[in-house]
Amino acid sequence: MGPLSHVRVCDFTGQLAGAGATKFLAAFGAQVIRIEDPVAEGRWDILRGIPPFRPGQSGLDAGGAFNNHNVEKLGITLNLRTAKAREVLRRLVAVSDCVTENFAAGVLERLGFGYEELKRLRPDIIYVSNCGFGHRGPYRSYKTWGPIVQAVSGLTFSSGLRDEPPAGWGYSYMDHTGAYYMAMAILMALYHRNRTGEGQWVDLATTEAGAVLNGPALLDYTVNGRALRRPGSPNSNRSQYPRMAPHGIYPAEGEDCWLAIACRDDRDWGALAAIVAEPWSDNPRFATVDSRVEHEDELDRLVSAWSCQRAAGETAALLQAQGVPAAPVQRPENRIERDPNTREWGLWPTVEHSAMGEVRVDGLPVHLSRTDWQMRRGGPCLGEHNDFVLGEVLGYSAEEIAAFRSEGVI
Amino acid sequence: MSGPLTGLTVVELCDELGEWAGKLLADMGATVVKVEPPGGSRTRGYEPFLEDVPGPERSLWFWHYNTNKQSVVLDLDDSADRAMLVALLADADVLLEDAPPGRMAKLGLDWSDLELRNPKLIYVSMTPFGRDSTRNAEAFTDLTLLAGGGPAWSCGYDDHSLPPVRGGGNQGYHTACHYAVMSLLVALLERDVSGRGQLIDVNAHAANNVTTEAASYTWLVNRQTVQRQTGRHASVHPSTPTQILCADGRYATTGLPPRRGEDFARLLGWLDDLGIKEAFEQSPLLELGIARGRIDLAKLQEDPETAAIFGAGRDCVNFIASQLPAYRFFSEGQQHGFQVGVIYSPEEVFQDPHFQARGFPVEVHYPELERSFLYPGAPYAFEKSKWAIRRRAPLLGEHTEEVLAPYRA
Repeated sequence: MGPLSHVRVCDFTGQLAGAGATKFLAAFGAQVIRIEDPVAEGRWDILRGIPPFRPGQSGLDAGGAFNNHNVEKLGITLNLRTAKAREVLRRLVAVSDCVTENFAAGVLERLGFGYEELKRLRPDIIYVSNCGFGHRGPYRSYKTWGPIVQAVSGLTFSSGLRDEPPAGWGYSYMDHTGAYYMAMAILMALYHRNRTGEGQWVDLATTEAGAVLNGPALLDYTVNGRALRRPGSPNSNRSQYPRMAPHGIYPAEGEDCWLAIACRDDRDWGALAAIVAEPWSDNPRFATVDSRVEHEDELDRLVSAWSCQRAAGETAALLQAQGVPAAPVQRPENRIERDPNTREWGLWPTVEHSAMGEVRVDGLPVHLSRTDWQMRRGGPCLGEHNDFVLGEVLGYSAEEIAAFRSEGVI
Repeated sequence: MSGPLTGLTVVELCDELGEWAGKLLADMGATVVKVEPPGGSRTRGYEPFLEDVPGPERSLWFWHYNTNKQSVVLDLDDSADRAMLVALLADADVLLEDAPPGRMAKLGLDWSDLELRNPKLIYVSMTPFGRDSTRNAEAFTDLTLLAGGGPAWSCGYDDHSLPPVRGGGNQGYHTACHYAVMSLLVALLERDVSGRGQLIDVNAHAANNVTTEAASYTWLVNRQTVQRQTGRHASVHPSTPTQILCADGRYATTGLPPRRGEDFARLLGWLDDLGIKEAFEQSPLLELGIARGRIDLAKLQEDPETAAIFGAGRDCVNFIASQLPAYRFFSEGQQHGFQVGVIYSPEEVFQDPHFQARGFPVEVHYPELERSFLYPGAPYAFEKSKWAIRRRAPLLGEHTEEVLAPYRA
């Protein structure tokens, strides 16, 4: 019995941008019922049945990413081309607190389940839609995925080195984060409903959620007129806000090994300089943040020449012992298998998946003292919970369910 | 119409790690009382400053992260002020704090000290590594969270002689804040049922660890390691570039190359509309793509013709991008049914017609300056209980008397 065990979600989400939101709710006990299309074998979620696979596995039910984003959910199939499946869905909406989706704008409406219909089925329904540009505005017909959301919201541009093209994010940061805003929207709408009795539609446009994350750079433009697009900018391994130097990712001994160092102030710099203990580190031209920023190119060259002769972990430990923020750029193997913090935390729980067996997934970075999350059940196989949901939740008899099966309804 | 959290009282004791969480709550209607030390929060000293002149009321960092909040000055090293904070917390719904691990306990303000006085209190503790971690003495910044927590490994360039890149905009902090708010909302909904508060332990390092998409699950599922690539997903096996330099010197990003016959038809139509069909030498291959109906990606390796058609589709998208300004490539491409995007600099969203039509740029008034400034708007559009910036970030101590008066009596 999790803290959200009184919440039922009728869930059309997929990929990470949507599925990540309902994964969070499911981990806290919400009954999340994923709806998939049996004709397309669930492939309106492009992650169903694609790699990574566990060694020796493949197929619709073995997708590693799909499992990761759908643990603790129930899965049913509904062929919404049939009248009977639409009737089943109407019955499900009527007993759900929320309907969630991250289709392109207009898709759910074309399926016959736009917001007006959802409200008719359940007057206090909470409907949260999630797509790149939202459901209104001149780009409502435009299609996106994570990298496009990041590009249009400014997050790709702001990630890169000076005089290089944008580096951007090497993954769909805005799929993760779009899912976080979707989860917040669902939960806040539930909280509002608890106070007022009213449901509502939340139109989440993830390009907007992305744009707010540009932080002080936006105000530097609107208040001071200083655009991030200007010569020599951006350079996101440096720290313009607040000003710090040295601040960057420096080479370490070994192939593709790197170390992040951030000297927040003169004290941090003094501690770093004492560890380096070379003639240049005493140079008064580096004594203040103003002078370090002024000579930052030279400073970075000197720090790099020093750091590249040493193992990243050892340098980080030396600096941390003196209170200077430093961390190796951790590759997945190290942070998953060798980091005492993620291990102690239980950050990679093992779930039991009906087809894949035992597999580790991303857990949650929070612990609640009384009502914590849990992840034990793997993501649903296609239609795995048809009998349970149609029978126990919606009250169909075994005979009716068998007929649905033979008639291609589920 | 007011926000969904109207009536909720939050006491915030946060600097850069946690203050985004407080803003997310405040902008949705919560009363967020930011308790600042005499002299003000550290982030009042962070660049950029209004007109580049430092001052506690001039930090645009502080302005951005503290809209709608109230400011109360209390010296937590002073016992009378501490008692005042305890009194405030006895009436509050939420405490949001990002003090170094152990600091709150030393002040007698830890969860165990407060829950007896206010069993309904939800205590959100934000720390770099969790409250009880063996690593919790480590110093940190946004950069070290992103480097040590995993995101930076996946970000950077094809050329691995260049360092991995920290994504811009304080996302290491933001990610921790997103989890703080999500889990706080869970606890609030649970409190609606049980009537009881609880302690939430938010681990910023862990938050970044589980915000790396394929990097984590590729290792967890089959112990493979993704490698960073310029402007696209880090991958176990190198993929083809997707970021294109456009005719105006700006960049755009493309999605998956055309694979279906109809995609190739629309692509040819677009070339035609632009009058550059003849200039693209591989146009005949696009015709073949139409005839094929569908490109089987599994055959790319074994069938040279399939590979040539697929390559021509990708080259054609890149060719068109090289002929057009980035914005035009984006808008025309989308109108022709292709998932492509313009790479905006952050400030450029304010001029975009879609963002404008949705009311994304909002004005925030600064009465002391007799000026208003544009701010980024709502991250989500609630139909009924709406996001709003009702008030600029507070002046230092602006609400001390108003908030504390009931407790002084």
